[in-house]
Amino acid sequence: MELLSGGEMIARVLEDEGVEYIFGYPGGAVLHIYDALFKDCKVPHVLVRHEQAATHAADGYARATGKPGVVLVTSGPGATNAITGIATAYMDSIPMVVLSGQVQSHLIGEDAFQETDMIGISRPIVKHSFMVKRAEDIPVMMKKAFYIAASGRPGPVVIDIPKDVTRPDEKFEYRYPRTVKMRSYAPAQRGHTGQVKKAAKLLLSAKRPVIYAGGGVVQGEGSELLTSLARELNYPVTNTLMGLGCYPATDRQFLGMLGMHGFYEANMAMHHSDVILAVGARFDDRVTNTVGKFCPGAKIIHIDVDPTSISKTVPADIPIVGPVQSVLEEMGVQLAALREKEPDLPDRGALERWWKQIDEWRATHGLWTGRRYSESKKIMPQQVIESLYRVTDGNAYVTSDVGQHQMFAAQYYRFDQPRRWINSGGLGTMGFGLPAAMGVKLAFPDSDVACVTGEGSIQMNIQELSTCTQYSTPVKIINLRNNYLGMVKQWQDMQYEGRYAMSTYEDSLPDFVKLVEAYGHVGMQVTKLADLDAKMEEAFAMKDKLVFLDVIIDPMEHVYPMHIAPNGSMKDMWLSKNERT
Amino acid sequence: MRRIISMLMENEPGALSRVVGLFSQRGYNIETLNVAPTDDPTLSRLTLTTAGDDKQIEQITKHLNKLVDVVKLVDLTEGAHIERDLMLIKVRAQGALRDEVKRTTDIFRGQIVDVGPNVYTIQLAGTSDKLDSFVAAMADVDILEVVRSGVAGISRGEKVLSL
Repeated sequence: MELLSGGEMIARVLEDEGVEYIFGYPGGAVLHIYDALFKDCKVPHVLVRHEQAATHAADGYARATGKPGVVLVTSGPGATNAITGIATAYMDSIPMVVLSGQVQSHLIGEDAFQETDMIGISRPIVKHSFMVKRAEDIPVMMKKAFYIAASGRPGPVVIDIPKDVTRPDEKFEYRYPRTVKMRSYAPAQRGHTGQVKKAAKLLLSAKRPVIYAGGGVVQGEGSELLTSLARELNYPVTNTLMGLGCYPATDRQFLGMLGMHGFYEANMAMHHSDVILAVGARFDDRVTNTVGKFCPGAKIIHIDVDPTSISKTVPADIPIVGPVQSVLEEMGVQLAALREKEPDLPDRGALERWWKQIDEWRATHGLWTGRRYSESKKIMPQQVIESLYRVTDGNAYVTSDVGQHQMFAAQYYRFDQPRRWINSGGLGTMGFGLPAAMGVKLAFPDSDVACVTGEGSIQMNIQELSTCTQYSTPVKIINLRNNYLGMVKQWQDMQYEGRYAMSTYEDSLPDFVKLVEAYGHVGMQVTKLADLDAKMEEAFAMKDKLVFLDVIIDPMEHVYPMHIAPNGSMKDMWLSKNERT
Repeated sequence: MRRIISMLMENEPGALSRVVGLFSQRGYNIETLNVAPTDDPTLSRLTLTTAGDDKQIEQITKHLNKLVDVVKLVDLTEGAHIERDLMLIKVRAQGALRDEVKRTTDIFRGQIVDVGPNVYTIQLAGTSDKLDSFVAAMADVDILEVVRSGVAGISRGEKVLSL
């Protein structure tokens, strides 16, 4: 049997696990590991410019591919810099394995140079964590880490590795286990048949049904099953911010996103529904508005692989704990069996009336059909997303940062496939977009990858323009530039009488075109609507260039609809600055 | 409502901090906490008491079960069970009160485990209520120190929490 040092084992495990990229940054505590990677490891390493970007890049890679992202950082500041990215992945249930260096075992607890209690700091934002005590434990521990990260409700796993366990002069037998079993960890494999049967019955009895699908459907690879189930029943579907793409957005049955900035028709349909089928969604506060007023007439079926998500905020009438794939599969079988016995279900007349009502909502205030954004001489942010959608034929991977641009992208780019919309929904991390786009582009070099951002967010990780140069990741950055922290400004407009407390930059913004050029990329500014499509096309035509499109937009536009809070229900929305439901 | 939640967890470093961290992170309360290795040295038995409505308790048990280090869990208050809390209490025992302390200790079936010229240290085991009553009965006595183990519990009858 082969003898390897701890550092060499880590390099070998990454190969054996089929890891495609390591995103990381070297430092004292991980030098043995880096030396092992340098000497003999087939897995390419991407050197970021800040550890936060390593986690976001690994996260973007994981969201686009479904495989765990891998991060390698040093102890102390390397580890703490990774924290925001780990928390981002945790909130959105993204599989990730983070290897963090640690000071030598005998120095732990002595406030040694670059020492930090990574296990302690990361505890509330990881699915699990390990501290390596002995080099010979590395293969099994890493196998467990990959297994835990990717199974059940996925999430980030941290492995903290003291420097001495990676020493090159101490070698151990290496054997990588193919599978691993843990007595204390057994995620649900299938739903309870009785519950699925009950759910199928309730679903068929619905007169005003809505299917409410979230990120769990994307992560659990349940999109196809969900789509066929919805089509089979002719039931309307709404997606959460995290679920966009799990049901084709261009389909007639799609109501758009729901929630705080959800579509009028989606929020109205939810509020007036009698049965809600919630799949891989968690009734987040950005969805429900006031919980006590949430969908008063609805019976709720809730499918989720994580039992803690069920009845956490909104009580479920029929909870089903299980992976969306197997539950939806079984649900399909049960529905078919029930309909064979009772071919008149669901009630077609009721469903027809329900669709008529939904179409009326659509026609009056639908974002894609009825209500449009305000007319302006300036470029409207929504027009930029529409242009992006046209130019990329709706097929791009779109990452975003956080703020107004994120909501405009979610509303106006119609995602027909899962894993194409990549954003920080739970934590809401500004600075996510560019490094995430990098990770996606590395995974899919032949696909169009766009990062929709704003001048606030992009500056939170703009140093990654350098990484993009080094690894030739020609993403397209669409900067919706309004010279304000837009979403902050919107709230200040609406709730603080337009007092823009620290949400402007006082002419301190850089010349973005020159800035990206300094990194070796292409920068273009767009100021006129007439030029928008042409510039957008030009940008995407430059296949091997990173292009930064600095689009000067109307700074006064708000994101609508917007839930009225506090004390509002799903149906209470601002539809424009002076129009409400 | 007060609940006694008891669990088997991996006897690994960090396991306890994950349990305790969960409570502070999610705003739940731990009233007592008791943890020690079992006959199987790879497993620890942790018993805690907490309070909350049914919805909260359901979330607490679900979250605890979700922790990778927690192997098995039971809410002892759901069935017949035995609970014991151990108290060591040091009191001033002088003059007439010295006899009074001894008598009260006997009534509660406690033991005086350390004797000094001016102090007694009493050991008392029982339900938390019983220990509270004893402390109340010592109202006239100068209590110097109280140490309690926190509740340890086990189901009655054949029901066991094991792998």
